[in-house]
Parts: sequence; structure tokens; C-alpha cells
Amino acid sequence: MSVLLAVDMPYWLQTILRVLGGTVAVLLPAGTIVYVFLFKMMSFMQSRLGPMEAGPYGSLQLFAEVGKWLQKEDLYPDRADKFIFKIAPIVVLTSTFLLVAVVPFGPDAWFTNFEAGVFYALAVSSVSVLGILIAGWASANKYSLLGGLRAAGQLIAYELPMVLAVIGVVIQAGSMNFQEIVMAQNAGEIFGWNGIGNPYILTQMVGFIIFMIAVQAELTQTPFDMPIAESELVSGYMTEYSGFRFLMFFIGEFATAGVFSLIAAALFLGGWGIPFAWFGWDSMDSIDNWMNIVGPLIMFTKMMVLSGIIMWVRFSYPRFREDQLQKFAWKVLIPVSLLNIMATAILKVAF
Amino acid sequence: MPKVPGLIKGLGVTLSTMLRTAKEGSHTIQYPHVKEAPPIRARGVIALHEGNCTSCMLCARSCPDWCIFIEGHKELAPPRRAGGAPRKVNKLDRFDIDYALCMYCGICVEVCPFDALFWSPEYEYSEPKIADLLHDKRKLGEWMETVPEAPELDAGADKKGKK
Repeated sequence: MSVLLAVDMPYWLQTILRVLGGTVAVLLPAGTIVYVFLFKMMSFMQSRLGPMEAGPYGSLQLFAEVGKWLQKEDLYPDRADKFIFKIAPIVVLTSTFLLVAVVPFGPDAWFTNFEAGVFYALAVSSVSVLGILIAGWASANKYSLLGGLRAAGQLIAYELPMVLAVIGVVIQAGSMNFQEIVMAQNAGEIFGWNGIGNPYILTQMVGFIIFMIAVQAELTQTPFDMPIAESELVSGYMTEYSGFRFLMFFIGEFATAGVFSLIAAALFLGGWGIPFAWFGWDSMDSIDNWMNIVGPLIMFTKMMVLSGIIMWVRFSYPRFREDQLQKFAWKVLIPVSLLNIMATAILKVAF
Repeated sequence: MPKVPGLIKGLGVTLSTMLRTAKEGSHTIQYPHVKEAPPIRARGVIALHEGNCTSCMLCARSCPDWCIFIEGHKELAPPRRAGGAPRKVNKLDRFDIDYALCMYCGICVEVCPFDALFWSPEYEYSEPKIADLLHDKRKLGEWMETVPEAPELDAGADKKGKK
């Protein structure tokens, strides 16, 4: 934030700017993902056009939907634990906002930049499990409770491969700081050739695939949407929610998809950076200031590509059964990611 | 692992469908702007040719939903030959089909012995009030204009009906 600090703003102004920036960084990807992928890409994959009436090519459909949800009555079940019921979607959405705090968008364009960024991101991303679990419990509905329990079991099972997949990146970069991981990728070289830096997707392909599968499961997107399996559980933990609170769950789902894509982009695809060799940069201080403008755009592009893959998989595959889902996490993903860590560690020492 | 090629193929199907939709357009149409042309034998609405109806009640009795209402009375008509007794003919007073109940099975059209009922492919007759879906004799008669000509029989087909 050195650009902003140079103007010497008071603390409250910085705080407001960060809150605004965080809101934009959460809501803009969510809206874009919902329109481009959920409305349009899914429709095209089913040989239909999707919303076409609200605005040109239905581009204002999302505002119409939000307006609809805001008008709806804020219902809660008679025997629900009302306080817990009301805060559950806030907890889920808070986890998304906390997650975006450590994502770097440029050399100086970040919200916070502290040493254990990766650790923080992985820890905070599991807060949403709490929200989902209490949403399922507080609804006083057997379907919601089943959905919440399934979600908890699934999210905990897939939290592990996600953490283990990231460890490979951390070993290779030698840091848990997102900025340094991005730096290490863009300043890196492949056997002496530094034309494209060294994005970790090349060396950590296994880790990347495991990470994306785990993200898919964390988001409860379709091959892993057992918790909200609509044919048996109505809508799982979201069944009893209406109006604004449902909207918060909805935003949380797609905003988290965007933020996880941002994190995957930072960890595996080189983040906001372009290969430093192109412009002869060698350290953080020598990077030109315009990267603070271009960096977020690069991050946004990578986010769109990754969330596009997440949504593409979502629209293509049928649902896992509960036992298949657990088996896949514990018997396939976790052993493979442990092997990946071992191989990375050995190669790190060897080279 | 043996499932991986199938998974990739699945992704390919959705991707190719998306590209085809983007290039050649969708299978759906934008209905209020573009009207769909239903097939000629589509079951849209049932039309009544009132002159053929003898109020024999076969259609009303065979209707699974009891959505056809018929009332009639007998009238005396002039005799066929001079000096004969006056004929009794059935006069149709009421012939209603309640499209809120109709399930478009077409049994009434099949069962009608006098070719008084026909299928029309017209489908735009939704109403804001459900009671307005009860089409009376006059309205059912108007649908007759939309009934398409019966398609030609296949060559060598067994011709039924009156010679």
C-alpha cells in the first residue's frame, strides 16, 4: 500500500478504502461468474440462450434477481434457533471476505500482506464449515440437518488434500507469503530460460489438480454437491432460507469460487505478475508502478479462466455418492498429495 | 484412473455443445418475439365442426377428465320425402371443453363417429383467469379455421371411412 501511504492518509480513510476494495474484490468476481458462467455458459452448454430480456443479452438479469430476492419475506421456521439461524449466512459470507484479504493484486495493491498468508487463507476458508453446520442445525429441519452434516463431513475431508496440495508450493517457494510466492514464480527460470518465469503449475501439476478438485468440493459444486442434493434433500442446509439470507448464501457460493480461483492463480499461475525478465525487474522495489493497475486485470483474467474450469466441470458431471465422495478424498487425494509433498521435498533438496 | 477418458469426453461434449450454440444458435427460440411453428399434427387445441355433431355424447362419456359438457334437445325437421313423417334431429345447445381440465389425450377426437372434433396445432390461448379456459361452442368453432388439411395417406394405405 506504499502508493497510498505516500499520500499519507489517515487510518480511517485507509480502512474505508480497504473495505470498499474488499467488497469490490468479492462482489465483482461473484457477479461476473454468475452472469458469464452460470447464466450464459451453462445455457449454451445446454443449447439454449439463457436470460435475454433484462438488458442487452440479459446482462442486467443479475440485478433483477437480486431485486427479487430483496423483496421476498425474511422467513424463518417456527422452532428454529432464530439468532443462530440469522447469523449463519453472515458467517459463511464473512469467511469469503476474510479470505480475499490476503490475496495480492499487484506489487502494492493488497489488503494485507503478512508472512503466513497461505496458512491464514487455508485456516479462514474452513470457517464457512461452521456457518453451514449451524445453518443446518438451526433450521430445525431434518433435510437441513442432513445437508449440514454432509457438508461438514465433506468440507473437512477435502480441507486436508487442499492444505497438503498447497504445501508443495510452499516448499518450492520457501515462503508462506503470497507476495513472495508470486515473486518466486515470476522471477524464476526453467533450466536457465526465464521467458515465462516458472509458474508452479508446471512443477506442481499434481498439486494444482488436487487443489482444484478440493476447491470444487469446498464450494460444494456439482460432482461434490451431496450436501445440497436437491433430489433428496430439497436444498440441504439452504432449504429454510429465503430472501436476503438466501442471497447471502448464493453470493457466498460464487464469491468463494472467485476468491479460491484468485488464490489458485496466485499459488500456481504466477498471480498478478508477468515474467520479470521481460522488463528486467529483479526485485519487488524495481517493479514499475503501472503493475498496480495491470496486476488486478491479470488476476481477474486468471480468475475467470480458473472459475470457468470449475463451472465447466460443474455443468458436465453427475453427482458423487456420499461414500464415493469420502473414499475419493481419503483414499486417493490425500495419499497422492502426501506423495507429492515427499517428491517436492526430495527434489527441492536435490536441486 | 480408468474413468479418466470418459470424464474428459464428458467435458468435450459440453464444450462442443457450447461452441455449436455460439456458432449456429440454440435449439430453443425466443418465444414472445419468435413464434414456434408446431408440427402439423401437434395437439394444440380441439376444434368443433358443429354441423357434424349429433350430440351423441360419446366424446363426453369417454373423456377421462369429464371436461366436455354437452346439452342438446330434439327438433322436428321437414321430412325427406313429401308426405312422410317429420324427422327428429338432435340440436346442439351447449358444447364446452374446459381446457383447465383437458389433458390432451385426444380420446374424444378418436371416438367421434361423425368427424365433428379435430386437432389444431394452435397453442396460444392461455388466460389470466382459469374460468376463461372454458371454451364454448362458438370459440371451439372458431378453432376450425386453424385445423390444417389432413396429410396425404401413404401410397397403398388402407382407406377407411365412407366411400
